[in-house]
Amino acid sequence: MAQYEAVIGLEVHVQLNTATKLFCRCRNHFGDPPNTNVCPVCLGLPGALPVVNQAAVAHAVKTGLLLNCTIAAFSKFDRKHYFYPDLPKAYQISQYDLPVCRAGWLEILLNEQPRRIGITRVHMEEDAGKLMHDEGGGGSVVDLNRTGTPLLEIVSEPELHSPDAAYAYLTTLKQLISYLGVSDCNMEEGSLRCDANVSVRPVGVTTLGTKVEIKNMNSFKGVHKALSYEIERQTKAVSAGQAIVQETRLFDTVQEKTVSMRSKEEAHDYRYFPDPDLAPMTFSAAQVEAVRATLPELPRARKERFAAQFALSDYDATLLTSERAMAEYFEATVQAGASGKAAANWIANNLLTALNAAHLTLAQCRITPAQLADMIALVESNAISSTNAKNDVFPVMFATGASPQAIVDEKGLRQVSDTTQIDAWVRAALEQNPAVMAALTSGKAKAAGTLVGAVMRLSQGKANPALVNARIAELTRAYLPPPPEPA
Amino acid sequence: METVADFLAALRRGTLSARAAVDLALQRIAAADPALQAFLAVRADEARAQAARIDEQRAQGQDVGPLAGLPFGVKDVICERDHECTCCSKILKGYRPPYNATVIERLRAAGAIPIGRLNMDEFAMGSSTEHSAFQQTRNPWDTTCIPGGSSGGSAAAVAARMVPMTLGSDTGGSIRQPAALCGVTGLKPTYGRVSRYGLVAYASSLDQIGPLALSAEDVALVLPHLAGHDPQDTTSAALPVPDYCAGLSGDIRGLRVGVPKEYFVAGLDPEVRHAVQAAIARLSALGARVEEVSLPHTEYAIATYYVVATAEASSNLARYDGIHYGARAADTRNLLEVYTHTRRQFFGDEVIRRIMLGTYVLSAGYYDAYYLKALQVRTLIKRDFDAAFENVDVLVTPTSPTPAFKLGARTADPLQMYLADIFTVSVNLAGIPGLSIPCGFSEKGLPIGLQLLAKPFDEATLLKVGHAYQCATDYHTRRPANCTDLFDEETKE
Amino acid sequence: MISHTDIAYLARLSRLAMSDADLAVFMPQLQQILAYIEQLRALDTTGIEPTAHVLPLRNVTRADDVGASLPQAAALQSAPQVGDGFFCVPAVIE
Ligand SMILES: [Mg+2]
Ligand SMILES: [Zn+2]
Repeated sequence: MAQYEAVIGLEVHVQLNTATKLFCRCRNHFGDPPNTNVCPVCLGLPGALPVVNQAAVAHAVKTGLLLNCTIAAFSKFDRKHYFYPDLPKAYQISQYDLPVCRAGWLEILLNEQPRRIGITRVHMEEDAGKLMHDEGGGGSVVDLNRTGTPLLEIVSEPELHSPDAAYAYLTTLKQLISYLGVSDCNMEEGSLRCDANVSVRPVGVTTLGTKVEIKNMNSFKGVHKALSYEIERQTKAVSAGQAIVQETRLFDTVQEKTVSMRSKEEAHDYRYFPDPDLAPMTFSAAQVEAVRATLPELPRARKERFAAQFALSDYDATLLTSERAMAEYFEATVQAGASGKAAANWIANNLLTALNAAHLTLAQCRITPAQLADMIALVESNAISSTNAKNDVFPVMFATGASPQAIVDEKGLRQVSDTTQIDAWVRAALEQNPAVMAALTSGKAKAAGTLVGAVMRLSQGKANPALVNARIAELTRAYLPPPPEPA
Repeated sequence: METVADFLAALRRGTLSARAAVDLALQRIAAADPALQAFLAVRADEARAQAARIDEQRAQGQDVGPLAGLPFGVKDVICERDHECTCCSKILKGYRPPYNATVIERLRAAGAIPIGRLNMDEFAMGSSTEHSAFQQTRNPWDTTCIPGGSSGGSAAAVAARMVPMTLGSDTGGSIRQPAALCGVTGLKPTYGRVSRYGLVAYASSLDQIGPLALSAEDVALVLPHLAGHDPQDTTSAALPVPDYCAGLSGDIRGLRVGVPKEYFVAGLDPEVRHAVQAAIARLSALGARVEEVSLPHTEYAIATYYVVATAEASSNLARYDGIHYGARAADTRNLLEVYTHTRRQFFGDEVIRRIMLGTYVLSAGYYDAYYLKALQVRTLIKRDFDAAFENVDVLVTPTSPTPAFKLGARTADPLQMYLADIFTVSVNLAGIPGLSIPCGFSEKGLPIGLQLLAKPFDEATLLKVGHAYQCATDYHTRRPANCTDLFDEETKE
Repeated sequence: MISHTDIAYLARLSRLAMSDADLAVFMPQLQQILAYIEQLRALDTTGIEPTAHVLPLRNVTRADDVGASLPQAAALQSAPQVGDGFFCVPAVIE
């Protein structure tokens, strides 16, 4: 039997996080009462005219550069016509033949190997409103608050060949776009939406098979499942000599399979033409380079720099650069005086754990990088023990945002490194533990170790542990039998 | 007391209060409009209240604006907040926009008083105002004739002296042609001179709002309060607006006047030809240098226009689907029927024709052959004008090939109706300004219009030439016969 | 030349409920107008740039500043059918 390979292209819609909509000054915001973030423009009222949001254009150009695209010297908006209750003008302002960005690529890691996936185009368009279906069957209702939200549509080349590759493409894309700060790319909340075009063909064949479009996938895992199902469905059909019907299928998230829309709708004839209400856009090479200069350092470059500059493990460097905010937090902590290694440990082990447990994001974190650096400095200067830092200081900083110094002073946690005081605690510990003393005199040097806990208890945890170890070794030596004479 | 200049002078002198100005307009509307049917709605109470406020503010010494107290009429295609705006279509029956058009905001800020809504061809598609879904406006010079269109109500209201100024819109001649046929002065400004925000779109790349009044001087008085950049209209030009009145010297000696030979061909009514040639001779006598020029692509203008305009119209009118505002057909079984029944039931036949034509020229497989081709020819037409204006300051042509025709004479033949726009559509395709002024009368007493064209944003030259011509002639001061008695009565007071 | 099938397709595309009788009226009119428009084909426009906008405007944009929106009642004031702040339409079955 012939081997088949899948051919997948993804169309991703990303909502931009501008303050206002693409063509009007209504707030770009969700969760408000229906039809309250609307105006004559986004309601599509007769006579109202669109005006392009400068920030949305800037976001599009940045995203294009991020995806290694060519930025068009000349670009324009076109009207795409279809009737639907969530589209009040009965056309969507989009881009047809001259999108802002063309011909780029995105590098993904697949089985640890880097692979470039072609980006056909990135274009700007406005989002539609929300149509909700009354479960009672009474009718449907329309909220136009979302109408006019700026979107980027990112179209890949059909160069993905497995659900894993599609998944890697999406996670990489999401990470990069989040890094840019132009969208939060949350698929569950709809700020990132993905449609897939899938076909199968015998391995070795270079022409494309009949493609099927899949919609309604609302998580990255959903995309993976839908593609797996669909590839298997098509492979079985083709192997059995059946023809694939070119159609749109919906992913049923409950049954985890794709189902035909079986819609009677005729072939699309969108009748694109240049929007006469909007002037074209031009981008000079100088403008494009100026935007390029504002791009943030991207995860991969940053990871390599972190690993080299701060001697971090590959794991830590990857973790700390997975989100731009975290990388910036880390760097700010180092900037404030912490060593890279210590900052990495505290962020990776303590801060992230605490944030996860409290369901908070880094942006909501009450510990400033400077405070974290101060706390690390207290540990490294032996002013407090790392145990105290971890158990007594950090949790209070996390909960209250108080400075570590204030917490240490208030709790009297300042570490004791005074040898006289520590010697007194060691002697007291020896007196309280005659068994240890007996073990020592019988030559069991290791018994001294059990005194550490007692000394720390006597000091209420404030004794400098390194010094405690050193003093115990020093003071218990007298009890040990003399070493045998060399033969 | 009929022109904008008369009204403003009396209002400023204090011999006419804003309240009296509004009452005068209301009386004239009450007297003349029942026979002419220019107004769809008259807002007497609101206009009187606004006038009273202006009088009060003026009495208190406040700045009430340069047009304070001037009553004007609004074509039913321009949005006024909370006032029904139907574009004379059943599909927008009951539609009340929640916002004002920029021109309305500006005129109100200058103190002018909107007094009512004016009849038009449905969605501004037509040349006779016979395509209004609601009423038939008649030509004040002969009530068995059409007033022209689509701004037929706007032209008839000024011609019958009901109001000194009205707003119209012009996509292919809809201000100039009714101005010519009703014997008034109408300006289609340069594309981008006046904000389109709040003008219900017919063909967005061609539409412009403009004033209709009794003289070029009146237009010059009003235009500065319409024109200028509007941040809400991306296609409005960020250029300064000159003082148009300052240029009205009456002196056009040395002005270079071009006469495009393609506009004087078969099909031009002999009376119109004669009147226009006489007008050209008059301009020459006033010291202008007249020469023949050529606009070689003129013959393609109508075809180009009907592709571009209907393509854009099919898009602009897609939104009238019975969902978010306006009428919705009753007894529909599903969403598709809401769309198809609403649109079939409430659009008139001319609108349906243009939507179908526009849909066709944009549809898959026809775009290049029709739409793209028309945009290329549009370039050629624009280049013709650019070339002509290298040698002349203005072009002079007839506005309409014939005087007003009888009601019903062309409704059965859409193409014949389209050909009435032959001298006006090129101007919209090229985006240049055009002024129509009265230049004579037919033997039957119907007005004939002269069209003056200038390079983009040179409205000042058009008004200067129009004013010089009107200083030397009296066609623009003649009144339709049935108006005379009423106004003679008034002037005796 | 535009056919009955073509015109029925145009009616569907532009959401106009047209009976065969309607089409019989509109078809010859559209045929006549299209025949007139055909004259454009006679003109050689090779290499001529299309003019979609007459003014040479470019990059007309606005700042990303929030402005006023309409009150919900104003947004819905002319809608044929509303409920609970929404526009209401017949059930949309997918
Ligand atoms: Mg899209
Ligand atoms: Zn809005």
